[in-house]
Amino acid sequence: MINSIIFILLWVGAIAFFTWNVKKISRNIKLGRDIDRKGNKKKRWSLVLKVAVGQSKIMRLPISGILHIFVYAGFILVNIEMLEVMVDGIAGTHRALSFFGFLYPIAISAFEFFALLVIIGCLIFLVRRNVLRVNRFWKPEMKWWPRLDANLILLTEVILMTSIFFMNASDVILQSRGFEHYHKVGSFFLSSVFIPMLTNLPSETLVFIERLCWWLHIVGIMIFLNYIPYSKHFHVFLSFINVFHSKLEPVGKLANMPSITTEVKSMLTGEEPPLDENAEDVAFGAQDVKQLTWKHLMDSYTCTECGRCTRVCPANITGKILSPRKLIMDTRDRLELTGKNIDKKGDDYSDDKTLFDYISAEELWACTTCNACTNACPVNIDQVSLILELRRYIVMEQAAAPGELNAIFNNIENNGAPWQFSQDDRMLWADELYINEKSDQ
Amino acid sequence: MTEGKQKIKVPVMADLFAKGEKPEYLLWVGSAGAFDDRYKKVTRAFVKILTHLNISYAVLGVEESSSGDVARRAGNEMLFQMQAMTNIEIMNSYEVKKIITCDPHAFNTFKNEYPDYDGNYEVMHHTQFLYKLISEGKLNIKSDLFKNKTITYHDPCYLGRANGEYDAPREVMTTVPSKKVEMKRNKSNALCCGAGGGQMFKEAEKGDKEIFIERTEDLLETGADIIVTACPYCMVMMTDGLKYKNKEEEIKNYDIAELIEQSLEL
Repeated sequence: MINSIIFILLWVGAIAFFTWNVKKISRNIKLGRDIDRKGNKKKRWSLVLKVAVGQSKIMRLPISGILHIFVYAGFILVNIEMLEVMVDGIAGTHRALSFFGFLYPIAISAFEFFALLVIIGCLIFLVRRNVLRVNRFWKPEMKWWPRLDANLILLTEVILMTSIFFMNASDVILQSRGFEHYHKVGSFFLSSVFIPMLTNLPSETLVFIERLCWWLHIVGIMIFLNYIPYSKHFHVFLSFINVFHSKLEPVGKLANMPSITTEVKSMLTGEEPPLDENAEDVAFGAQDVKQLTWKHLMDSYTCTECGRCTRVCPANITGKILSPRKLIMDTRDRLELTGKNIDKKGDDYSDDKTLFDYISAEELWACTTCNACTNACPVNIDQVSLILELRRYIVMEQAAAPGELNAIFNNIENNGAPWQFSQDDRMLWADELYINEKSDQ
Repeated sequence: MTEGKQKIKVPVMADLFAKGEKPEYLLWVGSAGAFDDRYKKVTRAFVKILTHLNISYAVLGVEESSSGDVARRAGNEMLFQMQAMTNIEIMNSYEVKKIITCDPHAFNTFKNEYPDYDGNYEVMHHTQFLYKLISEGKLNIKSDLFKNKTITYHDPCYLGRANGEYDAPREVMTTVPSKKVEMKRNKSNALCCGAGGGQMFKEAEKGDKEIFIERTEDLLETGADIIVTACPYCMVMMTDGLKYKNKEEEIKNYDIAELIEQSLEL
C-alpha cells in the first residue's frame, strides 16, 4: 500500500516537473517569428515516417546508423514493459501481465533481447566517443558539458537496461524456490546467464536485488525523463516534430523577404508602397533569437550534437573555424539565456547581448552555402538558413559586409555583373564564333 | 561531302522580337559565361551545339544582368530582389517561357526563387537539356575521341544537393565512350568546390588549406585524365586546383558542353 502511494506520488511529481520544463522550452521556441510550415500534411507525415521513424538519414553513416537503431528501437520496445511496471506499481501486484501464460516469458525474453541491443549500442558509442575519439566528438565546441552530457546519457541507459537483467534473474531464482509473492511465470532467455552468479545468495538478498533493480529502473526512468529537457537528448521528442516542420521546397531555395519585395517594387515603379498599418518594424535578417523564425529555434533544441553537419562542412574540413553544429548550439545557448532572463526579469528585459556575442563574422562568412550540412542532418535542421539570416543582418542592418563582397555588390548594382565589366560588353564572347559545318551535299 | 567553317551569328532576343519572331528558348549566358575567359569557351561550345542541332533560341545580350544569386547568398537581399525583378521584367516582356543556362546558380534561382516575384519559367540546366536531346534521339555521339580516357564528374552543389540533379550529367557523359570513375565523395556527398555563397569573390577565411585543393585531391585520387564539371564556379576552382598541383598539363578540365562539342567535332 505504502509502496503504491510512493510510486504514484513519484510519477505525479516526475510528470509535473517534466511538463513544466517542456512548457518553458515551448515558450522559448515561440519567441521566434512566424513561418508557415503547415501545408502539405501528407508529405510532412511521409517525411516523419521516413526520416524520423525510419531513421533514413542516420543510416547514411552505416556503423553509427545501425548502432543508433539498436538504441532507438530497443529503448522504445523495452519501454512497452513499462505498462506492466505501471500496473504493478499502482496496484501493488507482481508481474500482473503474467496471466498471458506461455506468451509472457516469450515477451519478456524479447524485451531482454532489445535491452541487450541498447546495451551493446551504448557501450560501443561510449568507446567511440572516449576511446576511439571519433573526430566529430572532439571539435572545439564539444567542451566539457557536451561531452559529459553524452556520456551521462549513455551510462544511464546502460544502467537502466542492466537493471532489467538482474531483476529478471533474481525473480526466476525466487520463483524456483517458491518464495512468497514470486509466483511461477516461466524463465527468461537472456537473464538466465546471470542466474549462476546469483544462485548461491539467500532469498532475502535476492528479494532486495530484485526490488532494488525494479525501483532503480523506474526511478531511473523518471530521473532520465527530467534530465532530458536540460540535455541535448531532448531530440528524442523534438526530432519527430522538427522533421514534420521541414522545409519542403528544393534545398537550394532561400527564404524570401516579403518586406523587401514591397520596398523594391515601389523603388522600381516609383509608386509609394501601400500603407500597411499592421506592418511591424521588421529587421532585415537577425541579430538575436527573437528575429529568427521559431523553426530556427526548434532546430536548436532538436540538435543532439552528433556533428554530422560539421563532419561534411567544406570550411570545417579545411580548418576554418566555421562549424555548423556550433552555430546551432550557440543559438540554443542564447535562447536558453533569453528564456531565463524573461523568467527572472520580465518580457521586455534586454541584456544588451546578441547572437553576435556567440557567433563571429569569420564563422558566417566561411560558409559556401553548399548545403552539405543540411543534407547530412538526420533531423532536418537547416543550418544554412540560420547563417543566411545572420549574414542578412550584417549586410543590410550593419552595412558591415567584407570589403570584397561590397565591391561585387557595387559592381552588380552599377554594371550588372560581379566583375567590373560594362554591361555593353556582354556579347563580346560571341565574336568570331565558327562552327565546323558538315553536309552531305 | 564538303566541310567548312560557318560563322555563327548568335540570335539576340531584341532583334528577333523586332522581326516578330519568338524563339523557343532563352539561353541565359550568365555573368561568368559572358566575362570569364575560361567560361566564355563553354558558352561558345554550348552555342555551337545549339546551332548544330537547329535549336530555336536567343540570348538577352546586353540586356542581361546578374541573376542576383551571389548577392542573395551573401546577404544582400535588397540587391538580389532588384536584380530579380529587373530580369523578370525583361524576360516577361519577351514572353520567355523556357530558359536554358550553363550556370547551376542561375538555374537554381530562376527555378526556385524567381517565382516569388512572378517570374515563372520552365528552367533547364544545360546538362538536363543535353540529356533531353539525347533521350529524344536528336543528339548522337559516335566519336571515339575519349575512348582511352578516364573521366570523372564533379557535382556542382546547386545542381546536385540543391536541386537533386545527379543523373542528367552522368547520363550525358555515358553517351561519350570513355572510362568513367567516381570520386570518393560524389552525388549528395560531393564536396563543394569552395566558390559558392560569395566565396568566389573573396579571400577564404583562415584555415589549413583551400577547399578547392581538398577537392582537387579527391580528383587526383581517382587517377582520371579528365574532370568534367557543369558550373562556372567549379570550373574556376578546379582549374586553380590543377594548377596548384602542377597537373594542368596532364589532367584536362572540361565542362560537359565542351565534352560534347569535342565529341561532335564542332
